[in-house]
Amino acid sequence: MSQTAEDQQAGGEVDALYAESHEWKINVGDETIHAKRMEGRFRTLKWWAASSWLLFFFGPYLRWNGNQAILFDIPGRQYHIFDITILPQDVWMLSLVLLFLAILLAVVTTLIGRAYCGFFCFQTIWVDVFTWLEEKFEGSPAKRKKLDKAPFSLEKITIKLKKHLLWVLISMLTGLTFVAWFTDVYQLWVDYFTLSASSTEWGVLALFTVGTYVLAGFLREQTCFWLCPYARIQAVMLDRESMIPTYDFNRGEPRGRLKKGKTIEGNGDCIDCNQCVAVCPTGVDIRGGLDEGCITCALCIDACDSVMDKIKKPHGLIRYESIDALEGKVVMPLMKRPRVLVYFVIMSIAFVGIIYGLMNISGLDIKVLHERQPLFVQLSSGAIQNKYELKILNKTHDTMSVTIATEGLDGVELVGADEPFLARPGKVTPYTVYLRMPRRALESSSMPVYFTLVGVEQPELSAKYKSMFLGPR
Amino acid sequence: MSENNPFPNENNTGHFWDDTLRELSNDPPGWWRIGFHASWLWCIVYFFLYPSLPTLDLEGYTKGSMGWTSVSEYKEDLAKIDQVRQKWEDRINDPETTPAMILADNELRNYTVRSAKVLFGDYCSACHGSGGAGNSARSATESGYPVLADDDWLYGGTIEQIQMTITNGRKGIMPNYGTRLSEAEITDLAKHVVALSEGSEHAAGKELFMGPTKGGCFACHGMDAKGMDALGSANLTDAVWRFDVAGGDDHRQASALHTIAHGVNSELIDKASRNAVMPAFGPLGTRDLGAGTIKKLAVYVHQLGGGQ
Repeated sequence: MSQTAEDQQAGGEVDALYAESHEWKINVGDETIHAKRMEGRFRTLKWWAASSWLLFFFGPYLRWNGNQAILFDIPGRQYHIFDITILPQDVWMLSLVLLFLAILLAVVTTLIGRAYCGFFCFQTIWVDVFTWLEEKFEGSPAKRKKLDKAPFSLEKITIKLKKHLLWVLISMLTGLTFVAWFTDVYQLWVDYFTLSASSTEWGVLALFTVGTYVLAGFLREQTCFWLCPYARIQAVMLDRESMIPTYDFNRGEPRGRLKKGKTIEGNGDCIDCNQCVAVCPTGVDIRGGLDEGCITCALCIDACDSVMDKIKKPHGLIRYESIDALEGKVVMPLMKRPRVLVYFVIMSIAFVGIIYGLMNISGLDIKVLHERQPLFVQLSSGAIQNKYELKILNKTHDTMSVTIATEGLDGVELVGADEPFLARPGKVTPYTVYLRMPRRALESSSMPVYFTLVGVEQPELSAKYKSMFLGPR
Repeated sequence: MSENNPFPNENNTGHFWDDTLRELSNDPPGWWRIGFHASWLWCIVYFFLYPSLPTLDLEGYTKGSMGWTSVSEYKEDLAKIDQVRQKWEDRINDPETTPAMILADNELRNYTVRSAKVLFGDYCSACHGSGGAGNSARSATESGYPVLADDDWLYGGTIEQIQMTITNGRKGIMPNYGTRLSEAEITDLAKHVVALSEGSEHAAGKELFMGPTKGGCFACHGMDAKGMDALGSANLTDAVWRFDVAGGDDHRQASALHTIAHGVNSELIDKASRNAVMPAFGPLGTRDLGAGTIKKLAVYVHQLGGGQ
């Protein structure tokens, strides 16, 4: 008896879903998507993933030795990351970081699809937060649609104004935070509030405020459809083995509505309630297969699972699954897929390179320019003299005195470097030195010579550079 | 075509291809029209703000309300650069600042060297070559121009002496011995000069060199043949030759022969005399570069490789 009552209750809930199902339409770009919000595993996961962006907001306030811990000082041509100072000379590491991140994106896409889009992308996250606020102010999707259609009234304007005001505030905070990574954050607040920020700071703030407000507030999923290059790239990096949110058509089809709380004989598990479309932030129908609009946020899995609970069917009609598995093919183990292996090797190389770079980043660097006009000069003693310009780069924060010596060429005399040189902090300091060698000692018209540089008070800091000693033939 | 339009109510142009392919006459998108109108409106604004149209007499042009010209923008930028340079220029132009003080201050020295590189190219490198590499003569009878990057100086290589040389110029004089000595004697002397630079000597030539009646080169070149800064007489014992010939040591005797026979800067009495004049760039010269520029050039020359 109680079984039947429960069935009836479930039937009632499902009827309610059918009642609203006409509201959920596949996105063709003509209407604003008002997605339904629903609790669930992936909804929770999405919030956690989204909260990693708090690092973006709070990062600039972190201090390290009295300075901003992470500061990309563009005018000063210096990146400060805790104790490490990266100068333009170390930019090769940046290319490895970019390579690493690009391949990371590729490998993640191959394995679990567009997880970046669904869980981490700023566009997705900001839209999620904006629509969450929208729901707080304007209510459920049905109410929002009604409000949109309603004629202008004081009430409508009040509600809308509050929402837009908050959106603009978030947008401004986004812009300010972005700028804060490039200049001192506390000073930046002061500068903005005393209207004494630089034109660049105002410009970037304006750009980000307008950009965030328009992209997250209005363009929303249209950005993913039409503007975002990553969406296009990521979609082609999927293969038949990628685990992505997939509708199990074997189990679900033929789909059909329940009749009196019961599945019609011969129908699959999909009861055609449209809930998966209802919750989709980009408004696609996952049951049609892989869709260019699908950002793999997996919210449809939450929705479908909740419906399966109601009709007492197992979870997973929509689940993370590969096409091969659905079609009953043997799924290759992870580490036997060539794509995964190749990506993994590239990532490892980039990672090792970055670590090597960071370990070997020296506080001192030297470049030597050999004078070209004239290449060499004969002195009154008959000796041959070469002139060099030393460019000494001091990456530390203090003025450093350094000594210069030569290596690898016997009989050569270094002139002009008797006293230690002073190297200014964070800058290149040029010095001129000469090398002299008796003409008889010259073995060829061009011989390699190394300049070595050692800190006087910091002997652990050193640098070396290969140059040439030139003479007559 | 349009009489039997299969899609009568869809606002098409009536042009069909392959049954269904057709051209619609929709309005352009709103954003496109906004951009279009904004563009021509900006054109009008631009015509008022900036110089744009020739005037009717074809002589002038409309000035624009902002008063902008490319020349004024260039001058403003130039003024900004000058402002950055000013603190260095002020120190260099200060009469109290000597070139030695510039050399002692690495930052000021670096600024001076970079700034003087252009000046050296303008005023000096035509003769002395870029970087002070000199210009060797192509034959024994030509004079060439001295190398400034080596450590051999006719008039001294201290920073003050270099400054003096640039300011007042130099004109050393060597008499022509072609009329006073026989050809054999001149050859002996030339051999001696070549030997001196190689660390030895030539007996007959040395006798003439030190001779009280004939030759007597020591009077100017010194008893040790090392020359005198005050006279600008060459040091004959070192490996650097003022009148070197490009391409090697074989020409040295011929070069010395020519110098001894015809002298230097004695063209009034010997047409074949060598010409070796450094013009003055100070107040006495045809073009006064000013004390600041001369200081810069002195510092530049000093650091080329042989300053003392």
